Amino acid sequence: MSLTVNNLSCERGGRLILRDVSFSLQAGEIMVLRGPNGAGKSTLIRALCGFLRCDGEATLNAMPLRDRDAWQDQIAYAGHLDAIKPQLTVGENLSFWSALYGGSVDHAAEVFRLTEIWDRPANVCSAGQKRRLGLARLLVAERPLWLLDEPTVSLDADMTATVAGVIRDHAAAGGMVLAATHIDLGLTDTKQLDLLPVSADTPTNDPFLEGWT
Amino acid sequence: MTRAVLMRELRLALRSGGGAGLGLVFFLIVILLIPFGVGPDETLLALIAPGTLWIAALLACLLSLDRIFQADYEDGTLDILTLSPMPLEGLVAIKGLAHWLTTGLPLVIAAPVLGLTLSLPAPAYGWLIASLLVGTPALSFLGTIGAALTVGVRRGGLLLSLLVLPLYIPTLIFGASVVTSAAEGQSVTTAFQLLGGITLFTLALAPFTAAATLRMQMR
Amino acid sequence: MSLWEFANPVKFIRLSGRLLPWVSGLTVICLAVGLIWGLFFTPEEARQGHIAKIIYIHVPLAMMAINAWGMMFVTSLIWLIRRHHVSVLAAKAAAPIGATFTLLAIITGAIWGAPTWGTPWVWDPRLTSFAVLLVFYFGYMALWAAIEDPDKAADLTSVLAMVGTVFAFLSRYAVNFWNQGLHQGASLSLDKEENVADVFYIPLLLSIAGFVLLFLALVLLRTQTEVRARRLRALMLREGANA
Repeated sequence: MSLTVNNLSCERGGRLILRDVSFSLQAGEIMVLRGPNGAGKSTLIRALCGFLRCDGEATLNAMPLRDRDAWQDQIAYAGHLDAIKPQLTVGENLSFWSALYGGSVDHAAEVFRLTEIWDRPANVCSAGQKRRLGLARLLVAERPLWLLDEPTVSLDADMTATVAGVIRDHAAAGGMVLAATHIDLGLTDTKQLDLLPVSADTPTNDPFLEGWT
Repeated sequence: MTRAVLMRELRLALRSGGGAGLGLVFFLIVILLIPFGVGPDETLLALIAPGTLWIAALLACLLSLDRIFQADYEDGTLDILTLSPMPLEGLVAIKGLAHWLTTGLPLVIAAPVLGLTLSLPAPAYGWLIASLLVGTPALSFLGTIGAALTVGVRRGGLLLSLLVLPLYIPTLIFGASVVTSAAEGQSVTTAFQLLGGITLFTLALAPFTAAATLRMQMR
Repeated sequence: MSLWEFANPVKFIRLSGRLLPWVSGLTVICLAVGLIWGLFFTPEEARQGHIAKIIYIHVPLAMMAINAWGMMFVTSLIWLIRRHHVSVLAAKAAAPIGATFTLLAIITGAIWGAPTWGTPWVWDPRLTSFAVLLVFYFGYMALWAAIEDPDKAADLTSVLAMVGTVFAFLSRYAVNFWNQGLHQGASLSLDKEENVADVFYIPLLLSIAGFVLLFLALVLLRTQTEVRARRLRALMLREGANA
């Protein structure tokens, strides 16, 4: 199992956000994504979710990114938004994802301490509780590659340690994790990828900028 | 899997803020307004009842279209649904079905009662139900295309109406024609078949179009 | 040398800049000759009198009202398949022109219809279809206006152009089913000239050619504007990022 990214470049809203990003990740490896605001961490993660239209190559277990549907079947994603329905209870939210993704809820509920708030409507949950619910989906989904965008925002120190543990366990079980984060999760043996904002003067293949006299 | 998605859509529509039932009330009010506008003359009301019922149903359907994808787009659910084993096309189809179940179907049930208040001629009732039953799914599914096109637009409801209403023209023409012909005691076969044809075509087209559009929206 | 090279904005601006004076000149010549000939030097139509001469404006406008949408369909399809920016910008540029032609076709039709049918508007299939077409143009333009990101707007409006075309066709036939109309049949077809006598035919062809060229000139001009607006946006984004 491996992820290889070769010269990935992405443009959004007419601006080049990622330029020639290359890295590789093997089974059991964790990669921490670092860089200042606007460096394209979220864009890289969304690009690897198969949501964006990018140039360059990426292969996941010999599957090209172009083969979008098959690629997406190997991804578990946790972004800035928790994808929680406020009208449903915590339990209903998680059970739905398990019905859709096919995994079991028990382990996830226990690890993220959701059992105690199981019947609480999600609209009265705190930001941290919502985040726990959102992250619990990772365990339900049972996908090899985790793409995490600032997973520990609004979590307390205890829970942050739990998340680090969950990430470590996933890697130990042969999974792969790519996580953008500002704080030190206390993980050892991680790879690191530093992203820098693309300079606006970088030549692009934007036909509205290049070749004019 | 399909059942889980459908049940969730229905649950969300029926819980607070879901907006199921609003369409039905709107339908009621519009029909109530018609006699105020055109006068209480029963012959006149009977004459315009088929078209009025169809137009009111169509507008009621329009009302809740912007809810189909908006919340899922804003709270990140759409991203997660896209990554799920269920194809986005299937998801759109289920959402269209859920919209029809919570908006279109109640209209079909309420329409004959409201037809009574407009003095709709007796032979037309069966065909009113039949035409709405066959035609309203097209309204919901065409609505998924419009909803997908306007999902990222702030206050896109008005734009959505502008985009979707012209697409409703064939359905309205054939649907109202079925009821009018039935009221006049003429054959409804051709119009009814064409109505069904438009609906089948829409059911086949909309999930793919709306799913492709949603993927564009997520870029 | 491939046709697709002109999908490059720079090449398009250069080529269209060279073409535009010629197209504009030809437009003026065709319109002047066709309209002056048609309006002043053709015999009066037997039954309708000189009001029928509005045909030299009405028919070309109506033809181009539909063809403009057809052109938008093709250029939008090219964007969806090959992602050529100029193509979709040409569709964007053509929409207001098409809408104006549609509106003018309806107005000239009303001017013609008022004395001959006794009413400026009837719910005739052709007239109704033009009203529907106008709404499709408005929807297309409104969608462009509502979306900030130009590439996303291009994607979405192209989808709308596809769906709109299909449903414009469906509406056209549905409307036929709904009402048989007053409108006369087509005035002109290339294989059967019998609809219109020769004396009317040649000036009509000339003014049609004039309106086709007028459409072409306006589209070229407006596409240039759209291309430059996109370049301006790209430049401002770059400057804004530097500041």
